[in-house]
Amino acid sequence: MTLTATDLLLEATGVSKTYGAVIALRSASLAVRPGEVHALMGANGAGKSTLVKILTGAVHPDSGRIVVRGRERMVHSPGEARRSGLVSVYQEPALIPDLDIRSNLRLTDTPVEPFRHWLHELGLEDIDLSSLARGMPLASLRIIDLARALAIEPDVLMLDEMTAALPANLTERVLAVVASQKGGDRSIIFISHRLIEIAAVCDRATVLREGETVGIVDVTKGSEDRIVELMLGEMVASTPAVAERTAAATRARDARPRLTARGLASGTKLHDVSFDLYPGEVLGVVSLEGQGQDELFDILAGAVRPSGGELQVDGAPASFHHPADAIRAGLVYVAADRAEALLMQRSVRENIALPSSTPPQRWGPIDLRRERIVVDTAVARLQIDARAGGEVRRLSGGNQQKVTIARWVAGGVRTMLCFDPTRGIDIRTKQQIYVLLRDLAEAGASVLLYTSELKEVQLVCDRAIVIFGGRVVAQIAGADADEPSLLRAAYNLRADAVLPEDIAAAAAAEGAAPGAASPAAAARTEPGA
Amino acid sequence: MTATPARVERVHVRPADLLTSWARRNLWMLGLLALLVFLLALTKFIQPTYGAIALQGLGTSVLPLALAAVAQAIVVISGGIDLSIGSMMALTSVVAATAMDGQSEQFGVLVVAGVLFLGLVLGAINGGLVVATGVPDIVVTLAMSFVWAGSALLVRERPGGGASTWLGNLVVGPLGIDWVPKAVVVLIVIVAVIWIPISRSRFGLSTYAIGSSRLAAFRSGVPVGRTKVLAYALTGLFAALAGLSLTASTSIGSPVPGPYTLESVAAVVLGGVSLAGGRGGVFGPMVAVVILQLIGTDLTFLNVDPNIAFVAQGVILIAVLMSARVVEVWRTRA
Repeated sequence: MTLTATDLLLEATGVSKTYGAVIALRSASLAVRPGEVHALMGANGAGKSTLVKILTGAVHPDSGRIVVRGRERMVHSPGEARRSGLVSVYQEPALIPDLDIRSNLRLTDTPVEPFRHWLHELGLEDIDLSSLARGMPLASLRIIDLARALAIEPDVLMLDEMTAALPANLTERVLAVVASQKGGDRSIIFISHRLIEIAAVCDRATVLREGETVGIVDVTKGSEDRIVELMLGEMVASTPAVAERTAAATRARDARPRLTARGLASGTKLHDVSFDLYPGEVLGVVSLEGQGQDELFDILAGAVRPSGGELQVDGAPASFHHPADAIRAGLVYVAADRAEALLMQRSVRENIALPSSTPPQRWGPIDLRRERIVVDTAVARLQIDARAGGEVRRLSGGNQQKVTIARWVAGGVRTMLCFDPTRGIDIRTKQQIYVLLRDLAEAGASVLLYTSELKEVQLVCDRAIVIFGGRVVAQIAGADADEPSLLRAAYNLRADAVLPEDIAAAAAAEGAAPGAASPAAAARTEPGA
Repeated sequence: MTATPARVERVHVRPADLLTSWARRNLWMLGLLALLVFLLALTKFIQPTYGAIALQGLGTSVLPLALAAVAQAIVVISGGIDLSIGSMMALTSVVAATAMDGQSEQFGVLVVAGVLFLGLVLGAINGGLVVATGVPDIVVTLAMSFVWAGSALLVRERPGGGASTWLGNLVVGPLGIDWVPKAVVVLIVIVAVIWIPISRSRFGLSTYAIGSSRLAAFRSGVPVGRTKVLAYALTGLFAALAGLSLTASTSIGSPVPGPYTLESVAAVVLGGVSLAGGRGGVFGPMVAVVILQLIGTDLTFLNVDPNIAFVAQGVILIAVLMSARVVEVWRTRA
């Protein structure tokens, strides 16, 4: 069956968007038929969020056209998009925290009675409309946000990771409501990392990769593999050095772990993460967006205190009240967002010298001669192009990232926590960072590396743990960590019908077994050794 | 989409529950009123002669700052801050006093209308600059405070001018019985007529929305920039009202800004408006102004050294805010 353009409810073609040197969308297209639930798929950074933001007017595209019901639309703001019938429910609920629910409805001209009806359908009935949005649990807010969007009956409703923070019973109700919208005049664009949900409610799926639409798939039984294949693209050949590294890591394993995590938990995202990080090893952490990895790194870096579980550094229990505590324990953090780590208006020299010249809780004058030696060594070692070194913000992204790493290397690093350190930087610098991380490991340091680029795992890591729904669901040796198996594990695809709640039960059962080195991880794959 | 059913069950709420939930939401306001009553009683206790005439004087003297506090409250609710309120008051006050000097009573009405419009324009310029340049509110309005203060000096180098008689009569003396200061009635009427309809409107809602969460407001389709400019314009309008009340109570215009800007910030904070935006109203700050004034009066009655009284006022302000914060933390833990 072929449909002409006029039969489409929403058609976006050739949509592109660049932020400075970073290409978020190259040429994305999306065609949604009336009455269908259409999945938008893509690995981290493929451009899904950018496309949704463009469709809802939150971001202006550089090029491309958007046609709604046969009429070309140029949406400049979310308000305009809303009037054109395009409404999105974001991952972060768009409710004003200091207004009560009734005022929030009034703000978007939402009729109250249909809103109550949808709340009822979604299984959330005991909501007092005069209570403030602030202080309500996240799950309720997301349901309220969804009910509000449904009540104004948009032509196209976009749901971005709608089920991510919901308990199982509410997830079921949401999926039922989404499915009930099929066959009518309106459509839903559904974004989810859970392939099981895609298979359950979606009719078709558009797959994005590196900012381009690479395929449209009819969702039927067994089409998950096709979707994963499209998301991945061509495979990358593995590096020959892997086997050697695995052997080295095995030797290192005899030593005492540098860092031990047991059952770490935090908030609604992180539930039970355990692992051991040995000296001389690079341990990869792989997960989809929002599976608890941010919380894990915040805990390890001392920015947030865990609500459960324990940490050991060199065999001794550790508890961090402040990043300074973590740094003193030898745990240093390299963030993906350079702005988080650097003093952008200060010089390369000051940025590198900051942690080593001003150790926590030591006052007094700075030893300038020592500082210069330390900084020069670090600049040379990382081959930082410091010609524009007067202000760090003038450096390229890659050189900025080198500065954040250099400041720790300068002080003699023992354990480095890298959170997507190569995000948005050029390929040459990426390679230099890989080499540097390996060198650090060879010299006896430990590196924990979260990466959204799966091929980095095989290039750099000795082994990797996979986190899904706030729990470690797999442990994979570096040699076996090719992209398909990592992605499969990241989507938790091994056992077809497993929902996060079942994993929770399974993990809890295994966690109870004594003596296991990494209890939650043992189930899926054998450890690398 | 499926059709929506016509009838949805209504939840029945008992009046008693409504009352307690209202009290819980307005706890700060109730606390302020209790503090006000306590201070009035204290004043009467310290100075038994404190009576109707003193109350009328209190009404007239708090009027400019009360209006300035309303002006500040509006812009703070929208997530900004306006450090040019005192200067706008000075400018509108000298413009009014200069224009009304020696003119007829009828012309005075025209002048008042013109000055209010001037206030709207001054505020809109502040807001427009904040939105257009993206420079922080505090910097833009600080700079503009110099511009408005300088303009006031251009209009009139030293205090002088005059005011229509009716304008002065509006804020001095009692209304009907001796115990009702006319200035307080005027204040309540002005704020009720302007603020209440606005706060119930879509613009009022949007003002709270952009102050509470810019991003969520933007995503909800609120025109963030336009709302901000309007909020600043409204602040300018109330600053002009405050300036007019200065002219009315003194019958002259002074080009030198009083201490109103920072005192308005203190009143806003004490009045239960969050400096982070999105929370509070304009009635709390009005009550707070009277409280601040009464504390000063009491310290004078107690013969406290004026310098020490100044320090004491600051300490009392911090103590009240700290105790409120402690109560809040204690309540969320409980």
